[in-house]
Amino acid sequence: MTTTAKALLRREMMPHILCPGCGHGIVMNTMLRVLARRYDNLNNVALVAGIGCSSRIVGYIDANTLHTTHGRALTFASGLKLARPELKVIVVTGDGDGLGIGGNHLIHAARRNIDLTCILFNNETYGMTGGQLAPTTVREAFTTTSPAGNTEPHFDAAALATAAGASFVGRGQAFRPDALEEVLERALDHRGFSFVEVMTDCTEYFGRKNSLGGGSDLLFTQSRSDEEVSRDLSEWPSLRPGEGWQVRETQPIGVLSEDSRPAFEESLGLPGYKRKET
Amino acid sequence: MELIQGNEACARGALAAGLKFFGGYPISPSSEIAEILSSRLPRAGGVFVQMEDEMASLGSVIGASLGGLRAMTATSGPGFTLMQEHLGYASLAEIPCVVIDVMRVGPSTGVPTAPSQGDVMQARWGSHGDRAALALAPASVAEVYDLTVQAFNIADRLRAPVVVMFDEVIGHMREGVELVPPRPEDIWRRPDPVGPPGSGHRAYAPNEEGVAQMPRFGDGYRFHVTGLFHDERGYPSTNAELVRQTLERLERKLAPVPFWLPPEKYRLGDASFVFVAYGAVSRVAREAVDRLREEGVAAGLYRPRVLWPVADAQLREDLAGAETVVVAELNRGQWVDVVARALPRSIRIVSHGKSGGEPVTTDELLAAAADLQPRSVKSS
Ligand code: SF4
Repeated sequence: MTTTAKALLRREMMPHILCPGCGHGIVMNTMLRVLARRYDNLNNVALVAGIGCSSRIVGYIDANTLHTTHGRALTFASGLKLARPELKVIVVTGDGDGLGIGGNHLIHAARRNIDLTCILFNNETYGMTGGQLAPTTVREAFTTTSPAGNTEPHFDAAALATAAGASFVGRGQAFRPDALEEVLERALDHRGFSFVEVMTDCTEYFGRKNSLGGGSDLLFTQSRSDEEVSRDLSEWPSLRPGEGWQVRETQPIGVLSEDSRPAFEESLGLPGYKRKET
Repeated sequence: MELIQGNEACARGALAAGLKFFGGYPISPSSEIAEILSSRLPRAGGVFVQMEDEMASLGSVIGASLGGLRAMTATSGPGFTLMQEHLGYASLAEIPCVVIDVMRVGPSTGVPTAPSQGDVMQARWGSHGDRAALALAPASVAEVYDLTVQAFNIADRLRAPVVVMFDEVIGHMREGVELVPPRPEDIWRRPDPVGPPGSGHRAYAPNEEGVAQMPRFGDGYRFHVTGLFHDERGYPSTNAELVRQTLERLERKLAPVPFWLPPEKYRLGDASFVFVAYGAVSRVAREAVDRLREEGVAAGLYRPRVLWPVADAQLREDLAGAETVVVAELNRGQWVDVVARALPRSIRIVSHGKSGGEPVTTDELLAAAADLQPRSVKSS
């Protein structure tokens, strides 16, 4: 470790706004551990976020931090990255932010294969505004705007990013920070657009509305699995059979796809990026 | 001397000012700006990127500006509407950037791409909240070039978004011009950060002009930028007093701009009958003034180059001698309210608005003048 997770926190920003039991804290801690292993300090790291509970966490990290508008973090991040190609740019977004209002930017950032990492916290709801229906809410789930249960199908964020052209796509869970750590490491190593969907929880709204119990109960709902859940992560044993409520699905975790086509910066011939044929 | 159109002058002004990033989305009648920059900007060591929409365009511009580059986008009414949220963001987060709005008839898709000055109030109030706005209005091809350079200067010095707005006539009109590139000493810089990086650093501590003294991203300062109201460290705050003070400061810092770029006063000295006009309309108003003068009418033209902010005292003083003021605009009457608010009731104020996509003509203004029966020079 070159520094500690704790040393990368902005202590003066505490207390944070996350609710007790919220899965986002686990994901943030995992991110911090990964960053602490890679850097002495975050002088050359920019964390760019949109709007929502997950997006707030960038403010707690002692980096160049940019809290933007709803859904548009990837656009600010793209401009910053093209202006300063030497920076490591990491986007933190939520499912409503990144797939609802900001879905267009996600597919185009993926298509361009711009060299940044996008971490999408998927808690299947709009937490900050009070637990409304999200494009990721699974069918039948209750939210404050689907009082009779959701009737819409949900997005598979990782499949969407893959189809749009992301050259690295992974998925992790707040339930398995160990596996998530490896996925994040691999995503940060990747050159090109790396997308990591992280299944996390909203205890306060999604959990309560769907009677899923407290924070730890809610985490266990991610353990449901009838299929192979771990891909391309050598060491991780398969997860325990699910105890969660049937409405939640567990999708494969791990590195789902990776290829080495040229990053946008390489096509533009930006400093630090050798021009490759597109 | 060369013959170029307004949109080309805009692109070249931006390059002369040191533009290094353009993020845009195609829309008539502004597209030539993007087209020209797509070939010239990379050759000048900059980055051109065509984004997926106008929100993304201005988002990318703000990101590039945080990285320290002079950055710009260009659009027209429908795209300008989509940019409003990010204009508000750039204002509150104090990120310098330039937005070019080549105006066409609206609302909605309207009349593509007939000329209009319909976005004047949108530039002022289009973004939600009590935002202080900056908008410049060139009236010739040469002035498009000059004011584009000045837009970057003002954006950097005051750390604010600057809109340069002109109608389609100015954008597509070709004029013979002698473009004079700014000298290095004519380029204004952003305020330097105070002190070295460290725990005591305050990215949003204002200087004596009320401007945040922020570093670029990636220079070791590790600060926070947000569209939430924030303290001097950039950390979010809901303190009502802080909110009030911030809004006041953001308005106050823009106040000098109408004095840096003073209005043009044409034959205004003894004028009792005054046209107030900007952009393309000011060109026919100037001709109307000459024709009225030939008829002995004490006519004059007042042409603001800065539409926002407005210096009420400046307007009052400059138009103190007027008896009748005709505000001629290529819209249904937008800036006229500004004039009416600033001037005493003793001055007759008439709105000459025109919509539909056809330009205002000299004959129209003369007919309007005849109806108003201006006094002649002799009888004054
Ligand atoms: S509202 Fe939900 S997602 Fe937001 S902090 Fe609370 S538990 Fe987490």
